[in-house]
Amino acid sequence: MSTATTPAPAPPAFATAPARRGPRLLRWWPAAVLVLLAVAPYSALPLPGLLDGPVGSPGSLQLLATCLLFGALATGYDLLLGRTGLLSFGHALYFAAGSYATNMFLLEAGLPFAVVAVLGLCSGALLALVLGSVSLRVSGIGFSMVTLAFAQAGSILVSRNPGGLTGGEEGRAAPAELLPSWLVGIDHTANLYWIALAYLVLTLAVVHRAVRSPTGRVWEGIKENERRVEVLGLKPYGFKLTAFVLAGALAAVGGLVHLLLTGGSTPQTTTSDFTLSLLVMVVLGGSGTRWGPMVGGILYTWADHRLGDLAGSGAVADLPAVLRVPLSQPLFLLGVLFVAVVHLLPGGLARLPSRLRRTREEHR
Amino acid sequence: MSTLVLLTMTGLGLGALYFLIASGLSLIFGLMDVLNFAHGALLSIGAYGTWWAASGNLPGAGPGGWGFALAVLFGTAVGTLAAVVLELVVVRPLYTRPREQVLATVGVGLAVPALLSGVWGSDARTFPGPEALSGTFGLLGADVPVNRLVLIAAAVVVLVALRLFLGRTRHGLVVRAGVEDRAMVTALGIDVRTAFTLVFAIGGCAAALGGALGGLYFGSVDPRQGTSLLIFAFVVVVTGGMGSVTGAAVAAVVIGLVQQFANYYTAAGLGDLAVVVLLAALLLVRPRGLTGRLA
Repeated sequence: MSTATTPAPAPPAFATAPARRGPRLLRWWPAAVLVLLAVAPYSALPLPGLLDGPVGSPGSLQLLATCLLFGALATGYDLLLGRTGLLSFGHALYFAAGSYATNMFLLEAGLPFAVVAVLGLCSGALLALVLGSVSLRVSGIGFSMVTLAFAQAGSILVSRNPGGLTGGEEGRAAPAELLPSWLVGIDHTANLYWIALAYLVLTLAVVHRAVRSPTGRVWEGIKENERRVEVLGLKPYGFKLTAFVLAGALAAVGGLVHLLLTGGSTPQTTTSDFTLSLLVMVVLGGSGTRWGPMVGGILYTWADHRLGDLAGSGAVADLPAVLRVPLSQPLFLLGVLFVAVVHLLPGGLARLPSRLRRTREEHR
Repeated sequence: MSTLVLLTMTGLGLGALYFLIASGLSLIFGLMDVLNFAHGALLSIGAYGTWWAASGNLPGAGPGGWGFALAVLFGTAVGTLAAVVLELVVVRPLYTRPREQVLATVGVGLAVPALLSGVWGSDARTFPGPEALSGTFGLLGADVPVNRLVLIAAAVVVLVALRLFLGRTRHGLVVRAGVEDRAMVTALGIDVRTAFTLVFAIGGCAAALGGALGGLYFGSVDPRQGTSLLIFAFVVVVTGGMGSVTGAAVAAVVIGLVQQFANYYTAAGLGDLAVVVLLAALLLVRPRGLTGRLA
């Protein structure tokens, strides 16, 4: 099914490149990075420019946790975009469903946290199953539009605040007294950070396993040529729905982590802009690669936060207006960066090392 | 009765605004298979251009009389120019990669509103307009704001002009043929890329005009306006059949009316909801839209 006609079938550039050249030990670099990330809360290392305070301070941990969360979300979204070739504009809906459903079960039913977490996950997955089974009846740009329409409907519904359930434009804070005490408060930011890290590892593992499975092979085939998959006697619909529900469930877990991390559900997470930012992350990092979406998500989130701080700093405020105004808008910089990546760096940042290597070899 | 008339006129005004965005969107999609996510940004550029000129920054332009007409002309021209630049700089180099074209317009659609809010602030700005257009007029016992009529008139003019252009001119013929079968037109030795720039210019012109007159309709401009209208324009494009201008006109009227009436007679916001659900339902029943045919 992996045809020779397209150059796409993506060797995971980040993973194999060092392993092929360096000693065997280098193959274990993800584990080393994971250990480093896991012990980060104990570190008092200052990273001036990258983070505001030392790594282990609550502010830095909060930012790092958000980065990891979005790295994971982008990885899950790439299951649709880069692995199955489905351009969904409604991924925010399942993320928001995880967050809002969990929050509502907590607030309205007052069930224990472990139960509501499972309920939140199930709500997100069920919603993905129902809406996915409908949306996937059309393909191509039609599918994108239907997912966009459903997400928009969800967004309108949330902002209308039916029965006071969603809190409208304000969003709704999670009830601190109903959450386990080790998840609440600024002293426990490290725990939240570890949860975000665990979510990232879970997403990477699930996506990795799923893509290597027989189903994953069919996804790759659908991405490259859906008609040929049909000719082989397989029905793409079921496989696409599997990818859709799996990605939706992963996003719902992400919504749950986001709820804990920010202490509430906000309507911003339901908007189409939220999905578009996921799209930007994935394409920035490299769609269809193992580490690309994660790198894109982390970089985007970090840049979005830090560029905002940069705008408020003295270095930018002193610049002439022509430079100051664009630099003070993180979304402008990210949008321009995105267009530049689409034009100049097809395949995203993940393809950068292999491209550089090729250029170097050509120059020899 | 007066409520009914007012709702109908407001719905038609909204539909006219949708049509101004959707006509270009529909032509661009029909010809190039590019869903232009930057189309809302073009509308915002037109709106801000007009607002900037009418606020006394452009010599000769102002909030009243011919000065305002000049301001609208200026805003529309800036929007058209932006659309041409968008096509030449962002879309054209990605000619062989349709999905990347869509992604690039997504990037522009994010960047432009951010830039606008960086320059003029993210809060809504009051939109200056001539006295004559800010009043109301009596129609069957209802006081209908004049700006609705301006929008409807502009949409009708654009519709007629587009139909004449598509039906009576050589360039229009190339565009229609391109919507039908782009490969065949290229095979006949006609450079379709000129038509690409042309439809972008037409689409940008209509959207910018929509932005300029939409400022009158809403009474203010803000950077997010274009993007929020874009979703409903998508609904119109799909409902009307992608690539069809007449279909877009019919769909715009239907969507505008449904939205207004549902918002008034049921809960507020339910009309918006009904429209997007309508889009989903329609795509599932008829994936090619209501008409499924070209202009």
